[in-house]
This record gives sequence, C-alpha cells and structure tokens, in this order.
Amino acid sequence: MAKITAGIACSHVPAIGVAMDQHITEQPYWVPVFEGFEFSREWNKKNKPDVVFLVYNDHCTVFDASCIPTFALGCAAEFAPADEGWGARPVPVVKNHQELASHIAQSLILDEFDMTIMNEMEVDHGLTVPLSVMFGDKTPEDDWGTLVIPLAVNVVQYPAPTANRCYALGQAIKRAVESWPEDINVHIYGTGGMSHQLQAQRAGLINATWDQQFMDILVNEPEKARKISHLEFLRETGSEGIEMVMWLVMRGALEEKVTEVHRHYHVPASNTAVGHLILENHA
Amino acid sequence: MAEKEYDDIPGTYVFDADRSRQGYWLNQFCISLGKEANRQAFRDDPEAHMAKFKMTEEQKQAVRDRDWNRLLELGGNIYYTSKLGAFDGIVFQDLAAMMSGMSRDDYRAMMVAGGRSPDGNRYKSEWEKK
Ligand SMILES: [Fe+2]
Repeated sequence: MAKITAGIACSHVPAIGVAMDQHITEQPYWVPVFEGFEFSREWNKKNKPDVVFLVYNDHCTVFDASCIPTFALGCAAEFAPADEGWGARPVPVVKNHQELASHIAQSLILDEFDMTIMNEMEVDHGLTVPLSVMFGDKTPEDDWGTLVIPLAVNVVQYPAPTANRCYALGQAIKRAVESWPEDINVHIYGTGGMSHQLQAQRAGLINATWDQQFMDILVNEPEKARKISHLEFLRETGSEGIEMVMWLVMRGALEEKVTEVHRHYHVPASNTAVGHLILENHA
Repeated sequence: MAEKEYDDIPGTYVFDADRSRQGYWLNQFCISLGKEANRQAFRDDPEAHMAKFKMTEEQKQAVRDRDWNRLLELGGNIYYTSKLGAFDGIVFQDLAAMMSGMSRDDYRAMMVAGGRSPDGNRYKSEWEKK
C-alpha cells in the first residue's frame, strides 16, 4: 500500500530559487535562509520519497485570468519549468507518477471533490522552489530524484478555498493514496506563505508572532487551524499570506498526531517571511 | 459594489470577483508581456499593443504613467502588474517600495529589520488617526 510518511511545509519565495540559480547563497543576506534548509536536505536523503504530492499555486504564469480553477491536479507525464518573464529556471523537468495521479483524481472526484484535471501544464517557482529547497542544486540535465504530482490551488483571485476545505481535501488525498496498492513512500508538501503582502501601501507586512502561532496550532491543534478565516489571513498576514491555506491540505493528509522534526523561520527573503516544517507521521 | 468585510484593511486591494471583472483586460494585457514577442510589440509601439486589449482609457493612462497603485485600484492584480514592472526592469521588491511610498533603501531596511509591523496596520481607522 502507498503511504504518506511525512508532510513538509515550505515557503516558495521566488528569490530563494534565484539565489540558488545565481549561486549567491553564501552571501550574508542568504546564509540564515539556507542554514535552515541544511537539516532538511540531510533528512530528505535519509527519508527519500518515491513520490511527492506537491500543493502549490501558480502566480499568473501558466494560468491567466481567463481560467481560474480552484483545485487543478497535474495528470500529465511531465511538467516543464515555465518562463516567468526572465527565462525558465535552469532546473530539471518535473516527472509525474501518472498512474497514481490519475487514481488520485478519480478517487477525489468520487469523494466529491470536483477537481480540474491538467493534461498539459508548465510549472512556476511555486512548485520548483520547494523542490530545490529539499533536493538541493540540480541542473536541467539532472533528475529531481523523485516523481511529483502537482496540485495547483487558486490563491490569487478571492476567495481561495477555505482553510477548512483545504484540510478536508488533504484528508481525501490521504484516503486516495492509501488505496493505491503499490508499496511506495509518499511525501506531501504544502507550500507558500508565510506572512507577506506584495501590493499597495501596506506592502511589506510581516507578522512573525502570528506565523509562529500558526505553525504551533497547525502541528498540534489542526482542528483549530482549519477554522482560520480568510479575513484573519488577510488582515493579520497580508494579502498574499492567504497562500497558507495550502499548508492545511498538507496537514489534512497526515495523522492527527505528528512529530515536528524540524522548524525554520526567518525574515526576510525579499518581501516574505520564510517558514518551513518537517512533520513525520506516527503511524 | 456591496460593502465587504475586508474593506476596512488599510492599503490593500483584495482581488475579488468585482476587481477581476473590472481589471480583466488590463490583467490580460499585463500577462501578455510574459512572452517575448509581445514585449517586442509593446516596445515597438506601446499604443498599438495596448489597443489589442479592451482596456478603459483610465487603465491605459495608468499604464502610460506606470502608476502602480492606480493600476491596482482599476482592477489590476499585483501578479499581473508585476509583469509590466519586469518589462521596465523593476525587481519585485523595488515595485513594493514604490507602491508603499518608500524609497528603495528605506523599504529594504524595513524588511531586513523584520518587515512592516501589523500593529497600527490592521484597520483603516488606525491609518486615519495618523
Ligand atoms: Fe506564492
């Protein structure tokens, strides 16, 4: 049986990818950001996944305003890194576990989550930055070292799906994965966040106290975390902090009790608070 | 437009369905600049490239003026308008500085020092007192 053994939360700030691609991670500005990923890369080698189920959002790179799916599941064989205006990131093409992705799509829809199915899709920094964080430097000729099933969530046009809905979707993803007969190790990533506002006069908002409390309750009291309202995310964590609903999908796919094996929090990376968790399932 | 529960957050345009409807062609224009052929067309003849999208005159003027907050007010979304910023060679952080009315250096220093505090920045009423 396929099993989700761990959940990883990770900001996907584009500047983190740029810092790696330009080899400037040793600069004083970036050292504290990347120090917090050293443990993660070692842990990832020891707990190597066969498949990563990666929850992220597209930043109007691949999806324009003409079509805005709330939950879009990547079912293509592979996903090329997209050109976001400065050329594509020099990282490997992302390979899917296509049979498992199709199985999850069917299982979720029959479980009454009405997914959009993507049979052709490129992926932006929202997906590739967390992979770079966990798998380290890679060139386009390399392999990521894992298969990846992408789930793109709309967090650009209000309203994003609620925290509660995201959590319930996570629970349904767990059921879908566990009904797959192959004995494989699956990790689930919830990406984006933490507090940040990229727009207008309030740009630059960071709420470190809220972010830390969010991580605490997400880990230990997920029933509380799933009740956080959109208004609270917007007011307390900035208009783009709403991305954190995607962390709820990850948490919903884990057991009720998890072990937090790693936490990293740093302000800033560009305009954003960087947050990162590794959670192991008990069962 | 009906009053919304998030309208009392200061200095913030929540990109909801009303804004999305209002800004549709503006945003589609901005995202067109993600492709080199369109960037070239806009470089060669800005008015002709803008004319391909059904933007209002106000929106076109905000594009000409590179009035970043006005673009948001007219239905633009930051992930789209930042493509116009990128066209001008403006990095995201500097765009954020401009929108918040700060100098580039002051904004950077604020971020390195932990960012803009939520205290005093949660409600419009808090800004009106200032
Ligand atoms: Fe994002």
